[in-house]
Amino acid sequence: MAMTEHASKQYDLDLGSIRSRVLAMGGLVESQIRRAIDALTTGNLALSQEVIEADHRVNAMEVELDGDCSQLIVRRQPAAGDLRMIFAIMKTVTDLERIGDEAQKIARMAKNIHERGGAQAPPVVEVRHAAEAAISMLRRTLDCFARLDCDGAAEVIRDDAGIDTEFRSILRQLITYMMEDPRTISTALEIVWIAKAIERIGDHAKNMAEYVIYIVKGTDVRHTKVAP
Amino acid sequence: MSALETHVSERLATKAEARKLSFYYGDFRALKNITMPVHERKVTALIGPSGCGKSTFLRCFNRMHDLYPGNRYEGEIILQPDNANLLARDVDPIEVRMRIGMVFQKPNPFPKSVFENVAYGLRVRGESSRRRIEEKVEQALQDAALWEEVKNRLHQPAYNLSGGQQQRLCIARALATDPELLLFDEPTSALDPIATASIEELMHDLKERVTILIVTHNMQQAARVSDFTAYMYLGDLIEFGITDELFIKPKMKQTEDYITGRFG
Repeated sequence: MAMTEHASKQYDLDLGSIRSRVLAMGGLVESQIRRAIDALTTGNLALSQEVIEADHRVNAMEVELDGDCSQLIVRRQPAAGDLRMIFAIMKTVTDLERIGDEAQKIARMAKNIHERGGAQAPPVVEVRHAAEAAISMLRRTLDCFARLDCDGAAEVIRDDAGIDTEFRSILRQLITYMMEDPRTISTALEIVWIAKAIERIGDHAKNMAEYVIYIVKGTDVRHTKVAP
Repeated sequence: MSALETHVSERLATKAEARKLSFYYGDFRALKNITMPVHERKVTALIGPSGCGKSTFLRCFNRMHDLYPGNRYEGEIILQPDNANLLARDVDPIEVRMRIGMVFQKPNPFPKSVFENVAYGLRVRGESSRRRIEEKVEQALQDAALWEEVKNRLHQPAYNLSGGQQQRLCIARALATDPELLLFDEPTSALDPIATASIEELMHDLKERVTILIVTHNMQQAARVSDFTAYMYLGDLIEFGITDELFIKPKMKQTEDYITGRFG
């Protein structure tokens, strides 16, 4: 996409600052998921607590970025590519904030599981695997956003199906555990919530990839069957 | 053209169409081979930086350029339903201006009363019935959303009206002769935001029966009032399309740069 400079330098600066803060917010959210999963696999309760408490930073970034976007709309009346960019950023920020909530949810579940004593915990190898896939989707989406890369975004959209499949497989496995040993039920249910949170993270990353395509091409590919 | 645009364009009647239109001020070629439709009962906006030829293009439609020697047209502007080229030598420019009205940047009422301003075109047309003229004047003032404000001072000088009222009076004057096409040359650039809003609202109402072609420097205005937008640059038509599409997803980089405020 053409990125010649605006006649107004301040406009360029404002837009550039908003874009880089979206990436910073993405970075924070990514580290929240990673730390939440680490807390789950290692049983580090202090780490769980840190993740839970850090969520307010994600929320604050959402509020700040939304405010800056509305200010830019009021001042500049963005059109065409700029309009699509701002529109997409406002939606991206919402998805990032929700991913932050999912990370917090994972940390809370991890805390519950390990506070109870992880003895009867079913193995969480597949969960870790699904989480890696979701984190990779998120990171690649942010990369595509930074580079305005449509092809990469299309790939992310296609990858979401993989996480959905993995979620269903984790669910089947947990059902087997619960049937074999009802003592695992509480923990298994919590792991279901964690797996669901990971699956949702994949969905949010996919949404963000769709916005990248909207920024670059101006086409809305949401709720269409065929990935571009 | 996108599938949607083609679909929309094909279903619309064309009121006028420029075909390979070039225009020369002496040796200077101000318009270069422009082909573009003006859709019936729609608002078409012409945008572009100063000197791009948008006003020159607008003025071709009512042969305003004929008033100065050395000006020359090439190509055609076909007016429907006659399917006639209004630039042809045997076409009387006065006749063209009866059918194609114009409203200018600064309100320019005649130094006459409110009533006489609107009645003027009718008298020129040879209407002599006092009753018919009164009816027409009232109708035109109603249509220009001015009647309520001036009905008690129809015989006061038009100069006593505010800027916004004067501009609506000029629109009423243009409407009195039942034009088929109205040309607006930056009609609100001398008006405050309230008066501007009332003129824009008026355009919205008028397009139910008149075709409107408007030149504006204000891109937000083009986005607000028009159904179609044409972007011109240095005498070329760069892009013509449905307004919503042009402002969200222009096809040409030059258009994008202009409407987003970037250097070309």
